[in-house]
Amino acid sequence: MMEIFNDGTWLPLSFAFLMGLSMLIYAVLDGYDLGVGMLIEGANWHEKDRMIASIGPFWDANETWLILGVGLLLVAFPMAHGIILTELYLPVAIMLFGLIFRGVAFDFRAKAPYQKKWKWNRAFFAGSLLAALAQGYMLGAYIIGFDDSFAGVAFSCVIAVAVASAYCLVGACWLIMKVEGSLQEKSIRWAKYHLGNSVVGLITVSLATPLISDRIFDKWFAFPQIMYLSIIPVITGALIVYLYLLLRKMPFTDDRYCWLPFVITIIIYVLSFVGLAYSFYPYIVPERMTIIEAASAPESLIIMLVGALIVIPILIGYTALAYYVFRGKATELSYD
Amino acid sequence: MEFDPFLLSRIQFAANITFHIMFPSITIALGWILLFFKLRFNATKDEAWMQSYFFFTKVFALSFAIGVVSGVTMSFQFGTNWPGFMETVGNIAGPLLAYEVLTAFFLEATFLGIMLFGFRRVPNWMHTTATVLVAVGTTLSAFWILVLNSWMHTPAGFEMIENDKGQLQAHATNWMEIIFNPSMPYRFSHMLVASGLTAAFLIAGLSAFRWLRKDHSRAVIKALKTGVFLAAILIPLQIFLGHEHGLNTKEYQPAKLAAMEGAWETKQGAPLVVFGLPNEETRQNDYEIAIPNLASLIVTHKWDGEIKGLEEFELHPPVAPVFWGFRIMVGIGMLMLLISWIGSFQLWRTGTINKPMAYILVGMTLSGCVATIAGWYVTEIGRQPWLVQGVLSTKDALGPVTGGMVFSSLTVYLAIYLFLTIAYISTLFYMAKKAGDGSSRDPQKQKAQGEERLNIPTAMDKDGKK
Repeated sequence: MMEIFNDGTWLPLSFAFLMGLSMLIYAVLDGYDLGVGMLIEGANWHEKDRMIASIGPFWDANETWLILGVGLLLVAFPMAHGIILTELYLPVAIMLFGLIFRGVAFDFRAKAPYQKKWKWNRAFFAGSLLAALAQGYMLGAYIIGFDDSFAGVAFSCVIAVAVASAYCLVGACWLIMKVEGSLQEKSIRWAKYHLGNSVVGLITVSLATPLISDRIFDKWFAFPQIMYLSIIPVITGALIVYLYLLLRKMPFTDDRYCWLPFVITIIIYVLSFVGLAYSFYPYIVPERMTIIEAASAPESLIIMLVGALIVIPILIGYTALAYYVFRGKATELSYD
Repeated sequence: MEFDPFLLSRIQFAANITFHIMFPSITIALGWILLFFKLRFNATKDEAWMQSYFFFTKVFALSFAIGVVSGVTMSFQFGTNWPGFMETVGNIAGPLLAYEVLTAFFLEATFLGIMLFGFRRVPNWMHTTATVLVAVGTTLSAFWILVLNSWMHTPAGFEMIENDKGQLQAHATNWMEIIFNPSMPYRFSHMLVASGLTAAFLIAGLSAFRWLRKDHSRAVIKALKTGVFLAAILIPLQIFLGHEHGLNTKEYQPAKLAAMEGAWETKQGAPLVVFGLPNEETRQNDYEIAIPNLASLIVTHKWDGEIKGLEEFELHPPVAPVFWGFRIMVGIGMLMLLISWIGSFQLWRTGTINKPMAYILVGMTLSGCVATIAGWYVTEIGRQPWLVQGVLSTKDALGPVTGGMVFSSLTVYLAIYLFLTIAYISTLFYMAKKAGDGSSRDPQKQKAQGEERLNIPTAMDKDGKK
């Protein structure tokens, strides 16, 4: 363990960790608001307002984690950034179109004339769906090393749907926590439905990655690693079953444990993410470029690390403040 | 049909940044103006200030949202179209961008939620603090981005070192020199004041629109005065700063200055070309109208001072867009000076404006955006063919993208930007119209006046009492 400090590789590795952390936080935070954006399609006029109000104060900051994640890739691993983003040119463009529409629809719908509001609601839904699918597609393409054969594209499409579904799951769990009454019951149904889809996606990835790459296969199934690595899938599986049973019993009286599905889903996200990260380490572009090879010069990394270590705790602090201020059930949003 | 990925990528980035810059140039200063409204309210307890605050908060929220999403697009285009940029100067650009996101972007994005929706939920001091932090965040954001942009014009504090693949990469030697590079103070102050003017004319224009629709409430007059007086104060400052920036350009990027002046040949006592059509083939201006010696007088402060012509430079930017961009910017600036001073005079003498002035102000609602865009065209096209002056040419930064791919994304971007620009402008005026009707205001809240507003318990107070 000491040698990574002596030969300077700790710097790129710290950045890989920070970048992964930002991506994970992004997937959870923007995941739930993209999920809510997709779920509004199944809600009535009044419910749509309430659902969007539940994410109103947060979405700007949530999206910023994507800028940080991609920003860290850009600034700490410029070589990898170039390769990954040129490979993913079209899905990135599609995701951006989606994010643009969703972001602006959020603000326009509240300000546009009443009779035009439904159009912006549609744009909000379509933008969220497009962004989620594109992100899923990118994850899929990344996992199989940008293989653009028919099988590769098909695999990426499956992952696209699975990720969109996983976002709907976390979005539904967010709503269970933030709304009440019939909309909450609806959210519980949504959560159950999307839990099923997400599990299919999770299993596909878990089976596909070791099959595609011998290296990943060896990393997971060699003895004795398999002994302690198997904790990850076992806990994940147990949590999924528990979440399903919990959702079947919800809602409880006095709205107890309304936050629990959201927390469990986050833990499932974290475990899945750790699994993926373990598979790909030490590569930043699968099988092509390692974290060390892609890194910027140490003198540039160190100046960013100092800034990041000072700022990130503060950042987490005021993010927590925002969540504290807007805690509890979502109410109608108003500027005054 | 053959598509040139280089040209298309450039158009795509230009379209993106043109669209994007409108919104930061509004929000950077609008954040501070909102704080001004809020502080006036805190001091006077006058409800009119709060009504101005809430109205322009909506404008801020909408502009901010479009700014965020178009900004995200730009950060991705670095990778998708221009990977050579970060591969060559990533060691410099990276930390600057990282600091932008870390110190500024999160600050604004997080506190924006409290600023927009938190008035009923947090104590008044916290709401004011959130407004301060959003304003600080937007300005810090602008600072870091302008540091990077200025460095691309006047790079300093670095050395080029070959990596093991034989590629030259910039490495930082002195961060203070990088941050305080020669053009940074000029560009940053010029842009901040540009933002002030953009926001001032936006506020004046929307308020004049409401005034024309017979909405003569005190909130409208207060906002109108804020906009017009602010513009009147800022415009002379901006002319001075622009002049100083020009002198800086003469020193560090003389080819850009020559293109701005339409100066093909080096001359002592160069004339100021008021009109002309720069012709790159004959290397002269067709139909030129010029005032003798004036350019030399302005730039060198001497009647027969020397201005280097384009003939001196082996590589120089395309002349016409730089030449015209500069004239549009300066022309709007002069118009701003005239209108804001006449408007201020009217407001000072009569406490209101006359009808022609109101129409002119409505017409100039987005004049700041146009001038800002024209100014950026001057400075960015003026740097060509370089992406980083003297270090990296734009062509060398292009990634392995095909023309067809860029063409398809560009088409969609253009359609989206056009649509959103129209939607944005029509929504602004729709909001102004609706605010005038009073139909958007919750009658119960409208009853709350000044001090009463502060006494309505917030969510936090309620908790405290539990």
